[in-house]
Amino acid sequence: MSIWEFANPARFSRLSGRIIPPAALLTGLCLAIGLIWGFFGTPDDFRQGSTVKIIYIHVPAALMAINAWLMMLVASLIWLIRRHHVSALAARAAAPVGAVMTVIALLTGAIWGQPMWGTWWEWDPRLTSFLVLFVFYLGYIALWEAVAVPDKAAALTADLCMVGSIFALMSRYAVLFWNQGLHQGASLSLDKETNVADVFYQPLLVCIAGFVLLFVTLVLVRTRTEIRARRALALMRQGVR
Amino acid sequence: MMPDLGIHAAYVLSAYAVTLTLLAGLIGLSWLRSNRVRRMLDTLEHGKQGEPYER
Repeated sequence: MSIWEFANPARFSRLSGRIIPPAALLTGLCLAIGLIWGFFGTPDDFRQGSTVKIIYIHVPAALMAINAWLMMLVASLIWLIRRHHVSALAARAAAPVGAVMTVIALLTGAIWGQPMWGTWWEWDPRLTSFLVLFVFYLGYIALWEAVAVPDKAAALTADLCMVGSIFALMSRYAVLFWNQGLHQGASLSLDKETNVADVFYQPLLVCIAGFVLLFVTLVLVRTRTEIRARRALALMRQGVR
Repeated sequence: MMPDLGIHAAYVLSAYAVTLTLLAGLIGLSWLRSNRVRRMLDTLEHGKQGEPYER
């Protein structure tokens, strides 16, 4: 069976209908365990005090803000190359989820920054690129709403997504090549010998898994909705009421 | 059971409150729109509550 068979809207809807209930259950479990473990079961950091508990929401949200855009980029490229409608609708479905993740990352970062840096906001490379990424999310959502012809909207938003990817990647790597900012280096990295201390690391991984699952579940639900909405629109245009 | 959050309690609690509110709003709106569109499609296809499109 080819992966492209799932580009068939009816097949996608059937498969996603089977995946969503267990994915939602797993999402709830991971988020509940991770957040309760992180909030109630970990000590204060010797430097950050209790504000270290904000990493359990800030880091996963920031991670998903960037990865949601990258997922939208892949889906947009599939649309541009193979014209699979489900991929365009999946990109559309992911945008509000990514936008909310970006808002969470910006707000929790600001709330953490006030006691730690002494400021709510700084025009730091990572913070600024994240803000620009959020504006791109808003523009992407607005463009889908503004263009009445679905295929034209998919093409235009795919182009916008490719441009916005520069800022998604910049958000991820700004701390590495732009070191004059306030923002510290990545809290987690696969190529670093040491990450945050284990006592914080383990619940953080569970929270990240919860945010990833939440993203997947919401995108599946929202993509099914977009497929139904597209079909309803087609029926209405045929005059079936 | 509530941990002692010290002088930063307001910051930590507000960060969690903002996050949980936004996530609950996102989940709720996604769910509501999903139900609304499903009902609309059912009505268009069958004129009443019937078999969903993908079944």
